[in-house]
Amino acid sequence: MSELVLLGDEAVAQGAIDAGLSIAYGYPGTPSTEIVEYLQDWKRKEDNSLIASWCSNEKTAYEAAVAVSMMGKRALVTMKHVGLNVAADAFMNSIGYTIHGGLVLAVADDPGMHSSQNEQDSRYYADFARTICLEPRNQQEAYEMTRDAFELSEKLHLPVLLKLTTRISHSRAVIKRGDVRPKNEFNPSKDRSHWTNLPFLSRQNYEDLWQQRPVLAEISESSDYNPLSINDRNKEVAVITTGLAYNYYKEAEKELENKPSHLHISFYPMPEDKIRKLAGSAARIIVIEEGYPFVERFLKGILPQAVQVDGKLNDVIPHLGEITPDICRKAMGLASFEKAEVKAFDMPGRPPQLCKGCPHTDSYKALNEVMAEYENPVVTSDIGCYTLGYFAPHNAIHSCLDMGAAVTMARGAAEAGAHPAVGVIGDSTFMHTGIQGLVDMLSAGNRVTLMILDNSITAMTGMQRTIVESSGIPEIVKGCGVDPAHVRTIVPLPKYHEENVKVIREEVEYDGVSVIIAQRACIHVVKAKYAKG
Amino acid sequence: MTYNIVLCGVGGQGVLSVAAIIARGAMMEGLQVKQAEVHGMSQRGGAVIATMRISSEEIFSDLISEGQADMILSMEPLESIRHIAYLKKGGQLVTGKDPFINIPDYPDREELYSVINSIEGSMLIDTKNLAVEAGSQRAQNMVLVGSASKVLPIKEDTFLGAIENVFTRKGEDIVTINKKAFVLGRNS
Ligand code: SF4
Repeated sequence: MSELVLLGDEAVAQGAIDAGLSIAYGYPGTPSTEIVEYLQDWKRKEDNSLIASWCSNEKTAYEAAVAVSMMGKRALVTMKHVGLNVAADAFMNSIGYTIHGGLVLAVADDPGMHSSQNEQDSRYYADFARTICLEPRNQQEAYEMTRDAFELSEKLHLPVLLKLTTRISHSRAVIKRGDVRPKNEFNPSKDRSHWTNLPFLSRQNYEDLWQQRPVLAEISESSDYNPLSINDRNKEVAVITTGLAYNYYKEAEKELENKPSHLHISFYPMPEDKIRKLAGSAARIIVIEEGYPFVERFLKGILPQAVQVDGKLNDVIPHLGEITPDICRKAMGLASFEKAEVKAFDMPGRPPQLCKGCPHTDSYKALNEVMAEYENPVVTSDIGCYTLGYFAPHNAIHSCLDMGAAVTMARGAAEAGAHPAVGVIGDSTFMHTGIQGLVDMLSAGNRVTLMILDNSITAMTGMQRTIVESSGIPEIVKGCGVDPAHVRTIVPLPKYHEENVKVIREEVEYDGVSVIIAQRACIHVVKAKYAKG
Repeated sequence: MTYNIVLCGVGGQGVLSVAAIIARGAMMEGLQVKQAEVHGMSQRGGAVIATMRISSEEIFSDLISEGQADMILSMEPLESIRHIAYLKKGGQLVTGKDPFINIPDYPDREELYSVINSIEGSMLIDTKNLAVEAGSQRAQNMVLVGSASKVLPIKEDTFLGAIENVFTRKGEDIVTINKKAFVLGRNS
């Protein structure tokens, strides 16, 4: 069939479409965002019956998708790795379910932390949940694995986790499409015991899951996704790769005279027999894996002590950051390439920063002016462009933990004695998991000011529409129980600076929960509007 | 044949649009292309890098090793030096000449140029003036592609076809301006 040039994320989306996807849900997060964006584009251009929606957070997205499966249709959920922490409750508890329509969870990890606060490895979640994880090594495989993931999900009645990483998600390659499978019909599951997590039902469900282990093991052993090649002439060293390390290793392998035996793992649970066979072929195994030393630790549990395992745990491979071709070359004992010679130079850093004219700059300016009037002000912040307020010249925030923590941490700081305690959060992040924190502080009667920086878009991830329009936010806040007299809206523009400072000063001194909504669209939204006329 | 390029600049400068034209050209010549991009936070005015590999054989990796880049193609001078470790001995540096200053400690321009010129055959391109000459300051990226095309393993005609291909949607004027910018870059 046809060929397309696609990003890895887009290949996943196309794979899902061709596998008969009915509905996709997600929350934007680099590097996973382009999956739903592609599906939304497909809906506009090719198939209006497809549903592809952003949700308020990853948990709501996952739960809605579970119900799609319950109705017999195929569902895809997308998020970044840390988003799965938010959806973990739903994910873990859906494992005991007898999945009906195929349910695939595409999670994009970010080793190297290009755009994230950690580099947690989603394979642990699949292992924790005792389900299948597939990890593609190129864009074509991302396409095919997505299709296979739906098949496996329906056949084994499990949600399947598709693990992507930044470099897979955001690299382009030519994709060959396969046949298009029709969507499933509406076909609700009739067995209520499959969908109700009452302890007496769950016990049976988890027993069934345990009994299924040999089936998964068998698939893993025979899967082409776990290719093993043995070279009897090399008894010294063997190699295991996972994820993109496969590609870097293959490049290095070209230069090795006596090629090591090699096992690549992209289907989990791991193929134990293949691993033992590989280990029997050489005295030493080098494990080159993207993410945590997941396979490496597993090896230490199943192999005899005599086999030396080299990897992240003994620093043969760096434990932090992405795997790179250089890391691979070094581990394989290859010399580095000869570099161009250049005059010595002191390189200044160039960290990301708020765009020129960004509304957040004006919000921080006003906030900083008020905060400077106090001895120990605390400004807790959150995940979004405004986290860049950490850098000079703003130096405006004291913390950023996870989605929604600006609100809850402001409360904690206030109860521990901080004044003023100000939480700074974006509109999209507030809808994600900020509301709950607001309800908490209202019930506790704290003295906290919440600033909602409403730029009317999810900007950091590349301009996704927020699920609530700007005009809805004051109503939501009031609905939670904030005194309407202390729900204030400001427009963060230089010409309103004095006015804005005054509002912030007043609300910070209010002995209760106050909310200031700084409303001005991200300059890119404005530009796009002008461009459209 | 495998040709490795490191593309760099500051988020928002259009690094990806440069990559897109080169990739299109390479594919029109039947070559394989691998391209790694960076999206997300660093796009907000920070240093950005993309790698591109063009090859007549199968290539596995999107990323390259240090000392393996045949070309560093940068939108502005400081960024051209940031990833210099990737440039191989005898590799080609091509960069826009105008600094993009959004940090307080941006180095002295002349010092920067002298570092760039310490690499043999470096091209410092006056993208702004050439783009204006072509009809729009926004065509700076295409000037840069034009300059790089002097050494890239892709024919001039193919590039012109690729530009036509990519910009047709935006109208004839835009195609003409970008082609002109390309040619001015190539002849610079
Ligand atoms: S993308 Fe929008 S919200 Fe983000 S820094 Fe730029 S102007 Fe501000």
